[in-house]
Amino acid sequence: MSELIAIRGVRHAYRTKAGPLPVLDGLDLSVAEGGFAAVVGPSGCGKSTLTKLIAGLMKPDEGEVWLHGEPVRGPRATVGMAFQNPVMLEWRTILQNVMLPLEIVPTRLSRSEQQERARYLLALVGLEGFEDKRPSELSGGMRQRASLCRALVHQPEVLILDEPFGALDAFTREDLWQTLHDVKEAEPFTGVLITHDLRESIFLADQVVVLSGRPAHTQYVLDVGLSGPRDLEHLYTPGATAMLHDLRHQIEIAQGRAPEEPAAPSAA
Amino acid sequence: MTDLSAPDAAPVARPVWLKRLTSRAVVAPLAAVVVFLALWEALVRINNWPNYVMASPSDLPAAYARYWQLFLVMGWQTLWRTVVGLVLAVVVGIAIGMVMGFSRTMRDALYPLLVGFNAIPKATVVPIVALLFVGMHDFNTVLIAFMISFFPIAVSVSIGLSTLEPEYRDILRSLGASRTAIFWKIALPKTLPEFFGALKVAVTLAFIGTNLMEIVSPHGRGLGALFDSAKTNSDYPLMFAVLIALAALGILLYYVVVALEKTFAGWAERDHH
Repeated sequence: MSELIAIRGVRHAYRTKAGPLPVLDGLDLSVAEGGFAAVVGPSGCGKSTLTKLIAGLMKPDEGEVWLHGEPVRGPRATVGMAFQNPVMLEWRTILQNVMLPLEIVPTRLSRSEQQERARYLLALVGLEGFEDKRPSELSGGMRQRASLCRALVHQPEVLILDEPFGALDAFTREDLWQTLHDVKEAEPFTGVLITHDLRESIFLADQVVVLSGRPAHTQYVLDVGLSGPRDLEHLYTPGATAMLHDLRHQIEIAQGRAPEEPAAPSAA
Repeated sequence: MTDLSAPDAAPVARPVWLKRLTSRAVVAPLAAVVVFLALWEALVRINNWPNYVMASPSDLPAAYARYWQLFLVMGWQTLWRTVVGLVLAVVVGIAIGMVMGFSRTMRDALYPLLVGFNAIPKATVVPIVALLFVGMHDFNTVLIAFMISFFPIAVSVSIGLSTLEPEYRDILRSLGASRTAIFWKIALPKTLPEFFGALKVAVTLAFIGTNLMEIVSPHGRGLGALFDSAKTNSDYPLMFAVLIALAALGILLYYVVVALEKTFAGWAERDHH
């Protein structure tokens, strides 16, 4: 399989009032076509910046971001995104929300084919019968499912998930893990998942990338040794426990680079 | 005359319009108006106030009956000029709100100017405008109605746009959507509830603006002029009749806005059950 996402030596700093704030410094990432990478790291280490770089919403100060052998110069229709906050347009039905990207991205599908595709995706994530509901009528987990459909409706090559399950309760989260595996089977994509949950990372991804504390570089890459759907039981095997232990250790190293997180900004 | 006391035939299902007219949404405000008028009447009678202190509701029908043609003509003049002023306020208010909502620099630049402008009592602007455009009474009136009512619209639109959660933008931006597309598909509909809230305030403000001009300028048009001539002639019931007519027009326009809000931003209303 060929390399679909390639990030090499990326450096980036935000300009703030107090001077430049470096967030990324020597970040490398390589995801094969159809692969699924999870990115973990201490909070505030620049994980969300990474998603913006891949999506073409930002340009790095230095380094290269490649998608499919082409340098990323701006947003492109081959990327789908889902966020922790599954923002829905409250004035539209769920079906209309899912179809939103098709109004932006050029598509060969007719109006009825678009509807059909949206309905198919909603059924895939278990939201059959909710097509005509308003977002306000859905629970957090259901909204996240719908947001997943919206991210995939235009058949993107790359799916970027920025802590999509972070705000959900543990059981709903596990349900959605399974759903995500099912969706990937039916609608193959190359995935990048930002997460704080180590169990989530080894359950969903085939490689886990640990970023160091800010400014972040690629500190460690773990090969999960699995791809495609797996059983929740997998998380309770000695192999999984060893991987979690390994990752936990790496996170501690990452945090250790800045032993004390600066306390909340003072009132001054 | 038929015998009204004749017992009804077998009860029939009430037609829809009758159900609507007897619903709480209609009966409750009407009852409130009746109670208000009764209290007003009682206040005047108990204190035994003469008309020049305060006219009572029972004095008003006579005033309306006598001057109903004037009420129609001048009420219409007041109404159309207020509506035109409001439409202008909506167009300009949205434009200013968009500029301030999308550009940090413009927001910083324009806010003090807008607040300062809004802090000037419009009653002091009336003579300036009247002198500036002598004789153009309709234009002047519309202008004052506009000046007094565009501020809340501009502020609400700018706040609605500038507080848009970044995720909303990123969903479309990551697909390569243009700023215009983001505005029409997300920013504008998302701002509608705030916009209509401001419009309800603007409606009543616009009436104040129209009447300021009508009362002050000597062109004798609109309900404000009718009020002024009633004052000159010491026709106190007529003065109060004008006030009530203005209130009625204000309520009418308010409900027009409510109807528009239901149509365009009904989604923002959630069921509470």
